[in-house]
Amino acid sequence: MHEMSVALSVVDQVEQAARPQGAHGVRRVAVEIGELAGVVPDALAFCFELACAGTRLEGAELVTRSVPGRAHCTPCGRGWDTGMPPDMICAVCRAGATELLTGRELRITEVHWSAAPTAPGPAPVPQSEES
Amino acid sequence: MCRTVDLRQAVLAKNTMAAGILRTELTARGTTVVNLLSSPGSGKTALLERELQLCRERGLATAALTADLATENDATRLARSGVPVKQVLTDGLCHLEADMLAGHLHDWLPDPTRLLFVENVGNLVCPASYDLGESLRVVLASVTEGEDKPLKYPAAFGLAQLVIVTKSDLAGPAAFDEAAFRAHVERVNPGVEVVLTSVRTGEGAGVLVDRALAAADGERVHAPVMARAGA
Repeated sequence: MHEMSVALSVVDQVEQAARPQGAHGVRRVAVEIGELAGVVPDALAFCFELACAGTRLEGAELVTRSVPGRAHCTPCGRGWDTGMPPDMICAVCRAGATELLTGRELRITEVHWSAAPTAPGPAPVPQSEES
Repeated sequence: MCRTVDLRQAVLAKNTMAAGILRTELTARGTTVVNLLSSPGSGKTALLERELQLCRERGLATAALTADLATENDATRLARSGVPVKQVLTDGLCHLEADMLAGHLHDWLPDPTRLLFVENVGNLVCPASYDLGESLRVVLASVTEGEDKPLKYPAAFGLAQLVIVTKSDLAGPAAFDEAAFRAHVERVNPGVEVVLTSVRTGEGAGVLVDRALAAADGERVHAPVMARAGA
């Protein structure tokens, strides 16, 4: 199970992006997971929660979107859902001259974060801001 | 104030980048990496013992790195061939990553090394996701594992540039259906070469070394459909 490695990579990348932008806390991280990426969304969600502990992502929600495998046959122009296990052979040409259009994604798409308070308040009270 | 940022970053980008750097560095040194993946017990080490012996006999500058969760048993076996061998203990991690491999090669990889065989952790799930800077990715399956292995582990077989069937001497007793296995491989990875081997009978001896040398010489290596994705 490499979902913990994947979760740590997600946290690391979001941390790196958040720091220079002055993000205070991260609320939500959206990740696209292709059907053929070899990552189990539930296992990733479990590991993500652990990987966030002690970082500015602590408590952040992970939203995953599954992307179906989609193949294309260049000679006949046919497109099809590969399914799982994937079928990479064109049913018309019976040849494997195909391209995989989608299905291998493992990508952070969006991060929703709150900015650090800019105005130095008289008595800073730690509270979460709502958008 | 909250805001949503469009990040669009590949999660494994760091590993992919490290693998690319390693591939460039090793190519400049004249070294070609072969990444061997299989489930535990499929016979990676036995096959590699034979192939390393052949490399030695042919006078090829070869080295091998083997990764396991624990024990140095595999390195001990491989070292009998006489080629330089390094054991990597992953302390429980189920796969190798490119920067880990780079760290282990630093200060160890003999110069010159034409072929470096990397025996990945026995696992058909996780290692499939990590490019190690290899020029040839090989997946092995033994005849006792069942013909549907390529369907059960489509990423491992789908991204392979060479598929090796091991223990072919047991095909009869195991009632191994070679045609079904080949059809399953073809379904997930059209066009990939499938080679039958047995370290007992000698079937397929030297094929791994020959394909590795072809890759080292810049010959075109199979490009799996799954690897052509723009993900």
